Amino acid sequence: MNAAAPPPSPQPVMRLKNVAKIYGAGMAEVRALDGIDLTINQGEFVAIMGASGSGKSTAMNILGCLDTPTSGTYLFKTVDVGRLNRDQRALLRRHYLGFVFQGFNLLARSSAVENVELPLIYRGTRSTERRRLAMRALAHVGLKGREHHFPSELSGGQQQRVAIARAIVTSPKVLLADEPTGNLDTKMSLEIMELLKALNEEEGITVIMVTHEAEMAAYAHRIVQFSDGRIRTDGKKREPA
Amino acid sequence: MLWETFRLALQALRRNALRSFLTVLGIVIGVGAVIAMVTIGNGTTVKVADDLSKLGSNLLFVRPGQFGPGRSSAEARAFTAKDVAALKAQLRGVKAVAPVAQTSGTAIVGTESRATSIIGSDNDFFISQDWPLSAGREFLGGEIRGGRAVCLIGATVRDELFGPAFPIGQRVRVNKVSCEVIGLLEAKGQSSFGTDRDDVILMPLRTFQRRIAGNTNISTIYVSAQDGVETSKVQQDIERLLRERRGITGNEEDDFSVRDMKQIAQTLTSTTAMMTALLGAVAGVSLLVGGIGIMNIMLVSVTERTREIGIRLAIGAQASQVLMQFLVEAVVLSMFGGIVGILSGLGLALLASSTMNIPFMLDWKIVVIAFAFSAAVGILFGFFPARRAARLDPIEALRHE
Ligand SMILES: Nc1ncnc2c1ncn2[C@@H]1O[C@H](COP(=O)(O)OP(=O)(O)OP(=O)(O)O)[C@@H](O)[C@H]1O
Ligand SMILES: [Mg+2]
Repeated sequence: MNAAAPPPSPQPVMRLKNVAKIYGAGMAEVRALDGIDLTINQGEFVAIMGASGSGKSTAMNILGCLDTPTSGTYLFKTVDVGRLNRDQRALLRRHYLGFVFQGFNLLARSSAVENVELPLIYRGTRSTERRRLAMRALAHVGLKGREHHFPSELSGGQQQRVAIARAIVTSPKVLLADEPTGNLDTKMSLEIMELLKALNEEEGITVIMVTHEAEMAAYAHRIVQFSDGRIRTDGKKREPA
Repeated sequence: MLWETFRLALQALRRNALRSFLTVLGIVIGVGAVIAMVTIGNGTTVKVADDLSKLGSNLLFVRPGQFGPGRSSAEARAFTAKDVAALKAQLRGVKAVAPVAQTSGTAIVGTESRATSIIGSDNDFFISQDWPLSAGREFLGGEIRGGRAVCLIGATVRDELFGPAFPIGQRVRVNKVSCEVIGLLEAKGQSSFGTDRDDVILMPLRTFQRRIAGNTNISTIYVSAQDGVETSKVQQDIERLLRERRGITGNEEDDFSVRDMKQIAQTLTSTTAMMTALLGAVAGVSLLVGGIGIMNIMLVSVTERTREIGIRLAIGAQASQVLMQFLVEAVVLSMFGGIVGILSGLGLALLASSTMNIPFMLDWKIVVIAFAFSAAVGILFGFFPARRAARLDPIEALRHE
């Protein structure tokens, strides 16, 4: 289906081969993913679209190593993720992936900068260095001066920026964002998209994003359409009607 | 990394200060109670044994009735002056046979008055109780036989009624009887039961019987064996004599009892030791309840924080790191509770020992056990809920509402 011109030298980062995810069994069986093949290349900005319940989040969670497929293979670079144990998958997340959730998922009792520091703690970064990197990431997402605010003292857009800062503070290879603008108004959403675009273009971070809105998907190089657990279309800037 | 985990745990505990405080409270109370109870109890036991041994090991108590549960000395016949006279005449190897009749009453000097304890006895009282005079003299033979209104007073009575004045030769009204003070007893201090032994007025037995009590009952006879004489032999002699005098024959049970200090000391110390064990057990239950409290709160906290666990896992924490975090939180919490509990328990025991005048008998075993228990509670009850949480798939934990 990759009819459009490929990037100069496509270097695959993630590859799903015939991946299925089945919830329940027998009559109650739900095929959240029903055999999908998907390759994400280094440096891409991919938008995933599709109706509610079509399996977008399920695919994102598998790509993000938060969940495991029922069948099929998932290669991260050259590593077969299906062969990794829980702790090895945690290491993969820790070193290569950044995740932004629709619901922000910040620690309510921790300040913005503490939230951003969190992934660095598990990387064993020393506390002074940690603070420096977290402050820089917050400045990067335009939250200078808000470092010590708690999530409850920040607007939705600001909370999402904190979440993005937390995802990029480790300089990940891939940033996965599941409906990062789902809870935000258009103005804030566009700001977040600009931010993702800048991260993609300037930092070279591969971005995969789920969205319902064509306006947001327009920022991506490539749009993947899901429906009923399968990939309907996959192509460069093909906006749905 | 461990230090980091420790710091994170402290941070988390501070953020949930109220919950942490409540968690710890149960352990503090439990550990504190166990340590305070056992320490105070041990002190009391030692104090009782100590006091009794001071009374002398050659002293025998003769009382009407039998000791023991369900028996009362009230029903049994009291001794008479004739019983005492017979014991004095016939017992071999004794230093003193002192009859004692006792009641409480009021002593008045001028405008000062005091409720005190009144004892009727004779000069053998001083020998049997090993209680010398600090001034004045003992009773004269004529005063004893004639039931004269004379008395000796204890140090407390003297202080309270006479103040700095010299009491000998003065008169004191004891329950309407005006007595001349002929002597002063040396200060003895508190008894093992916390009563003031110096709060006493001593008069001849006959005076007491006629003018204070209005009967001829003698409630106790103290018999003091000579040094080197077996108290058990004297005890047998007393029993034989009194059975004869009270007309008890054959297999009939004694309606009186003769006990030596050792037996009484044993009864008392075994009673206080049992009390200690009982109090310790009750306190132990509160410790257990405190432990269950920790478990409960850790469980709730893990459930409450499942999303947090999910976030941590999602951003790259390994299950073992999350587990470690919760474990350290629980251990820090229960250790802290244990230490505060130990300190407050010891403080309480120290306070009690100084106010109740008992020795501070610190039992390190109990401290170690209480501390180990609180640590074990933390590890056990912190570990299992935390393990459950850390085993969740990150995505499941994140979905948790
Ligand atoms: N834990 C689960 N147990 C059972 N079924 C599940 C579970 N998670 C997802 N599903 C099912 O899998 C299907 C795909 O869900 P998924 O969350 O991937 O959809 P989605 O495309 O992200 O939808 P939305 O746009 O509403 O977020 C749905 O039918 C959903 O009901
Ligand atoms: Mg979804």
